[in-house]
Amino acid sequence: MLGKLDFSAIPIGEPIPLVAAGIVLVIILAVLVWAGVKGYFPYIWREWITSVDHKRIGVMYVLLAMVMLLRGGIDAIMMRTQLAFAFHSDGFFPPQHYNQIFSAHGTIMIFFVGMPFVIGLMNLIVPLQLGVRDVAFPTLNSVGFWLTATGALLVNVSLVIGEFARTGWLVFPPLSELTYSPGVGVDYYTWSLEISGVGTLVAGINLVTTVLKLRTRGMTYLRMPMFCWTTLASNLLIIAAFPILTATLAMLILDRYLGFHFFTNEGGGNSMMFMNLIWAWGHPEVYILALPAFGIFSEVVSTFSSKSLFGYRSMVLATMAICIISFMVWLHHFFTMGAGPNVNAIFGIASMIIAVPTGVKIYNWLFTMFGGRIRFETPMMWAVGFMVTFVIGGLTGVLVAVPPADFLLHNSLFLVAHFHNVIIGATLFGAFAGYTYWFPKAFGFRLHDGLGKTAFWFTLTGFYVTFIPLYAAGMLGMTRRLQHYDVAEWRPWMIAAGVGTILLTIGILFQILQLVVSIRRRDELRDATGDPWDGRSLEWATSSPPPAFNFAVMPNVAGEDAYWTIKSKAKQQGLQAREPDYRDIEMPRNSPTGFVCAFFATVMGFALIWHIWWLVAVGLVGAFATFVAFAWRDHDEYVIPAAEVARIDRANLAERRAAINQAEIPA
Amino acid sequence: MTDASLAYGHVDPHHLRGLQDSALGHEGPASKRIVTGFGFWIFLLSDIVMFSCFFAAFAVLHRQTAGGPSGAELFDLGSVAAETAFLLLSSFACGLASIAADVRSARWYQTAMAVTGVLGLCFLALEAREFASLVARGAGPTRSAFLSAFFTLVGCHGLHVSAGILWLLTMMAQVYAKGFRADIQRRLLCFALFWHALDIIWVAIFSMVYLLGSAV
Repeated sequence: MLGKLDFSAIPIGEPIPLVAAGIVLVIILAVLVWAGVKGYFPYIWREWITSVDHKRIGVMYVLLAMVMLLRGGIDAIMMRTQLAFAFHSDGFFPPQHYNQIFSAHGTIMIFFVGMPFVIGLMNLIVPLQLGVRDVAFPTLNSVGFWLTATGALLVNVSLVIGEFARTGWLVFPPLSELTYSPGVGVDYYTWSLEISGVGTLVAGINLVTTVLKLRTRGMTYLRMPMFCWTTLASNLLIIAAFPILTATLAMLILDRYLGFHFFTNEGGGNSMMFMNLIWAWGHPEVYILALPAFGIFSEVVSTFSSKSLFGYRSMVLATMAICIISFMVWLHHFFTMGAGPNVNAIFGIASMIIAVPTGVKIYNWLFTMFGGRIRFETPMMWAVGFMVTFVIGGLTGVLVAVPPADFLLHNSLFLVAHFHNVIIGATLFGAFAGYTYWFPKAFGFRLHDGLGKTAFWFTLTGFYVTFIPLYAAGMLGMTRRLQHYDVAEWRPWMIAAGVGTILLTIGILFQILQLVVSIRRRDELRDATGDPWDGRSLEWATSSPPPAFNFAVMPNVAGEDAYWTIKSKAKQQGLQAREPDYRDIEMPRNSPTGFVCAFFATVMGFALIWHIWWLVAVGLVGAFATFVAFAWRDHDEYVIPAAEVARIDRANLAERRAAINQAEIPA
Repeated sequence: MTDASLAYGHVDPHHLRGLQDSALGHEGPASKRIVTGFGFWIFLLSDIVMFSCFFAAFAVLHRQTAGGPSGAELFDLGSVAAETAFLLLSSFACGLASIAADVRSARWYQTAMAVTGVLGLCFLALEAREFASLVARGAGPTRSAFLSAFFTLVGCHGLHVSAGILWLLTMMAQVYAKGFRADIQRRLLCFALFWHALDIIWVAIFSMVYLLGSAV
């Protein structure tokens, strides 16, 4: 009846996950009760859960990423604490638990922090920057988000019911085959990622179509803001790479569930094929996460230097070059496989070549700052911190791209330090920069600046104190994924990394404090103009938060830096007094399709993990019924009358006019 | 907008003008039909990427028979030829359904779609028979890596055809219940693209798996 599921699935013997899960459950219940008592449920259902508005969906993606950042961060704290103490001893966590922690940490940070964070920001901002009213497929957008949330939910369910994979974040076979991992851990991993992978693919298709087909009048390709270009590149990579992940994990699933022989040791299976396939997805994935961050930094650096982006066209070229070359370097993840000197040399050279366009970008940002009137607001701090950190990470990357060096450094903590160096330096700093930069756009008030800067300095310092020691330990021969060790030289570095983790934690606490304080003081931090940073692209040309239809009148773009051009013209000639010609606007109707789909996907995923076959059938039939019901609806749009559009737009227009007229007076 | 550029629209039925975006100035968001079709094309591309992984796995593993039977011993090319004929004819019928939808003939549309579906079912029946006979001869997917890759690749295509038939039925029902509404027309476009894409993949399977596989 319940497949493999019984009471032994609950890890009574391990108090730490149980207590952690208990606390999380209490928090969730408290939030639910609070929302229920305040009567927020109808509002949350109507305005958020069923929303197909790209801005709302973007905010929910970011929220999901931040919550999961806490979960992944706690995993990191546990690992560093373990290693600071597990010298000549077993530390706090037995191996089977410790292995789950590092597997979950990697999985969560990549799939449920990095991905939703950048996809959320792209969702929120790209349609605004392109001057359009929504993404290409609004309802699918909601489906994509909720499927991602399903994946995150299943990973967290594994904390209390059953176990998570103990195989590392990429479940390499043959370890991940049924023979060596008989539990449900790997199944939690594969099904979570299969489901959230579909969500990611949907988001990718949606954003590519939006960028290529929905730009407003006059928004030619070479007038698009840099963030739109990196979004395009990143989502093209999603479309080309995520199906590989889906197929590869499907093969592993077939091996585990039906006794196929793709990656097994028996029957002619080939586990190195898994390495090739998973990294053919995995390396583009690195750039799927990094490219949007590069776009964010381009926007931030240009805005806060009050200058156009230096070398815009070379930046576009560099972005698209990275997009292509990122598919030609996957083998550098396993030079030690022994593919031979020629193969290794080719992939080593390709890996070094990809550093070139990245270097072009760094110089472009530097030259954008050069001679600019720089304002060191919090997002700019993250951008500068990124440039320094990322150059170091990039250089160590070029080092491990040299095959002979890689033979020594492979699987060592040096590698761990390298990829944290680039992924924290680029993606996480980029996400934080984007979060502080666009927060006023999403909510209409700024985040507290002082607390943001404090958080930045703690995070930056904490980052170096944590990861520079890992480089050193790696050079001393310490391999990754050790649960305990007995080499005395490694100990000081492990303690230093532990101290660094404390600093990083303080940084995160300051970010939480910043959010709380900013919400409480939102009236002081309010921005009525919709353009708090003196921005350059079209997202700043509408109110904050933007109305459902984004722009009362679709903007007509005449050059690069679209909004900057409009503002400069207005400052010279005075803003046109004539009111725009308001028309009725058709917008897509909200729909519970995404949420219902995700509900059935969750049921089906859970049932598949525990081999509850009748429940799988229920999930499948439910999903198909949702699809048919969605196809059957008659009214998928509603009309906002011109008078309402005018009412909403006038207030913002007045504020904006006042701000621009004020700026007219020479300082 | 000048008259000249308006006139240009008439002589450009395939929207090639879009290619010269940056030269002429971009005209704003594309129509819903173009956006939907374009998005679905991209989905199909991603689907083909997924198939390419299964093709790659087959290419890597096709000699790994683990002492079991090889393709040359197992494949019945006559049956595969019949499958191919059924699938290609169903694609032809699907094309007729698209034409019927263009001229808004519900009767011809339903007929052509029904033929499409029946031919698809014939294809699936033959495939199921092939799979059943392989399993009965002890050449199931668990026998060897070669057979794992074979069953996964061909079975994945079969799953797509099955899903396509479910979709086909809902499309018939939608046109029956709601007529040729604009949004339903767009879905028909997507369905037709999907059905034809399955042909393309089948041609690759036929050549790579069955023809090359029988030669070894």
